[in-house]
Amino acid sequence: MKKKDKQFNIVLSGVGGQGLITLGKIISQAAFFQGEEVKMSELHGLSQRGGSVAVQVRFGDNIYSPLVAQTEADLVLSLERNESLKNCYFASKKRTIFLINDFSIFSPSFGNNKLPSLQKILTEINPFAKKVYTIKASDIAREELGTEIIAGVYMLSGAVLNGLLPIKSANLLKAIKTILYKNFDINKKAFDLAKKDFNI
Amino acid sequence: MDMVKKLYQATGKTILLGNLAIIRGALEAGVQFVSVYPGTPASEIGDTFSLLSKAGKKDFYFEYSTNEKVAMEAGIGASYSNLKTLVAMKHFGLNVASDALLPFVYTGSKGPTVIIVADDPSCHSSGQSEENSRAFGEFAHIPILEPSDSQECKDFTKLAFEISEKFNIPVMIRTTTRVAHQSSIVNLGQIKEPNREAKFVKDYKKFVTMPPRVLEMHKELLEKIEKIRKLSENSKTNKIIGISKNVRTKDKVGIITSGVSHLYVMEALNKLKLEIPVLKLGFFYPLPEQKISKFIKTLDKVLIVEELEPYLEKETMILAKDANPKLKILGKSVLPQVRELRPEFVTLAVAKLVNKKFSLGKAKLPSSPKRFPNLCPGCPYWFVFNGVKQAIKESGLRKEDIIFGGGIGCYMLASFAPHEIQDYLLCMGSSIGVAHGIKKSSPKQKLITFIGDSSFFHAGIPALVNAVHNESNPLIIVMDNKTAAMTGHQPYPGIEKTGRGEKGPKVKIEKVIKACGVDNLEIINQVKDYSGFIKAVKRFLKEDKLTVIIARSPCLRIKK
Repeated sequence: MKKKDKQFNIVLSGVGGQGLITLGKIISQAAFFQGEEVKMSELHGLSQRGGSVAVQVRFGDNIYSPLVAQTEADLVLSLERNESLKNCYFASKKRTIFLINDFSIFSPSFGNNKLPSLQKILTEINPFAKKVYTIKASDIAREELGTEIIAGVYMLSGAVLNGLLPIKSANLLKAIKTILYKNFDINKKAFDLAKKDFNI
Repeated sequence: MDMVKKLYQATGKTILLGNLAIIRGALEAGVQFVSVYPGTPASEIGDTFSLLSKAGKKDFYFEYSTNEKVAMEAGIGASYSNLKTLVAMKHFGLNVASDALLPFVYTGSKGPTVIIVADDPSCHSSGQSEENSRAFGEFAHIPILEPSDSQECKDFTKLAFEISEKFNIPVMIRTTTRVAHQSSIVNLGQIKEPNREAKFVKDYKKFVTMPPRVLEMHKELLEKIEKIRKLSENSKTNKIIGISKNVRTKDKVGIITSGVSHLYVMEALNKLKLEIPVLKLGFFYPLPEQKISKFIKTLDKVLIVEELEPYLEKETMILAKDANPKLKILGKSVLPQVRELRPEFVTLAVAKLVNKKFSLGKAKLPSSPKRFPNLCPGCPYWFVFNGVKQAIKESGLRKEDIIFGGGIGCYMLASFAPHEIQDYLLCMGSSIGVAHGIKKSSPKQKLITFIGDSSFFHAGIPALVNAVHNESNPLIIVMDNKTAAMTGHQPYPGIEKTGRGEKGPKVKIEKVIKACGVDNLEIINQVKDYSGFIKAVKRFLKEDKLTVIIARSPCLRIKK
């Protein structure tokens, strides 16, 4: 066992197609550039068809489990506000920061059930959160960069630049370049946008 | 970084998904022949070999086979021809392939052969059953290695090839979702140029299982397993970790574990600040019995941490009878048998082992809108499901009057709202096979059953032949969307493209169906001719004759 014993646990949530796995890869790569131990866990399969997606990344010292333990998330980053409710299992008042995209994706499986309001979601999450931030990332990404898919990189960049996770912004940018080498320009714009304006 | 570059980078460290680390291990071993049938959580293995093949890598031959049994048989042929061979599939695939696997273990391999099998505890991406493929160890006498992380995925794949080469026996790597879909840092080794020459050399005694030779083969196999057990006894993959001179517990305790469970054990020990000896097993079969006996000999209590069925726990009980009859064995008494393990469950079990206080969080969790997976907007399957319902309504019937057969693929989503037309779901091909049985048993009930195009080739054809020959009369709707959509858009025999990106002769579904003796066959693009589709379903509902409708419209997500 190493003398140092610090872990940072991130739970990413959202809906299939929002780019969560890519986001997890970026965080992992950035942590790797920092010389940390890192593990990521992802789920596939039917999630591609609009189901819930769960991606978890852990980095730091003594990282064994690829899964975040109950109540031990440091950051819950949710790209869809209703999905953030599903991650309270991993969250706790003393430890967890929530960063939620104030954006709702409809599913036919909701039927006639009414979706909770943002206020209701925040009230429900509050007992599990040290702090909750919300941002209309999808709306901002659509308006400023022309596509919602960039919302994830925008939110992650904002989280890093605001110190919500212990990743150096230079490493984040390097990781974005490594993972999203084909579409780096637009993602760099998302990073720059977060630098200029990330109002949480 | 580009995937081809990433997998072929010379040496160093990189982050790899478990499945990709397996590929790297195979490349480092010099793999020459790869056959797979796609299935999550093993899909990336085939998909990435396909990608490498398309990118012009010629060291190995790759194919998506028609089903797992055929993939296994292709691999056996390659092995008999002296090539270094890898076959990959998900757990249920092993059931399909087992008919070929069992005699293959008897004959043994010639070219070193590794079989990758990915289990899915908690059924994250699997209907069917929560299968534990470790049972194939005792059942088929196939050596099984169980990696915990990506590094071991790579190293164990190489080791499996080495064992296979040394003992002429196929070796299985068993992963689970949390290993196959875990990304972690891997120290890379050298990629090896393949160096085995392909040639089938006749060897009746080795390759032909005709009795009485087969009985000798069984005996030889058991002897071989005992030799491999010796290797297992001395293997560094079966190791004791975490021994401290001053174990801070009252009792003498230890833990035995393998696979991803090992990582949860280490996490628990770190969290509880405990230093307890852990026997971490890389071999699941054959088990290093002496090593286990020696480990438990001086203990008062041992905790066995494993997912699903308690195979390791039972083996330990047997060994303890001689080694340490007073040993207290904890396993499924403190851990669940259903669903995958989680770090906190294991922490709780370890805490119980040493009588330390630890409790799971009990906060009431908020409820949230349930988000079932659903068909993509505009998916051609919408037209099939809605069309079937419309036809039933227009025929003056109710949904409740009809039995609906389901199968494995995106059309499983018939289960969920707003469709809710799935009355049974078992395994690939069964939508037709079971339909026949129901119709023979209860002929008055009308039955409509769905099968995907890839599933049709996988296991639908024998069931269709059976329904024709033994005269039952369901409506079979072949959902022909030109791809194996759910597992990630792999090609299949119904299109003119192979997994190598080459042109391959297309096997026409309609020709096959006609040749099976089906008289009532309709081919309809249900999107372009929705009313024609409804009419065809209505005709069946009226006439009640064995009918096949090929609903042919491509998946919207196929990349052009």
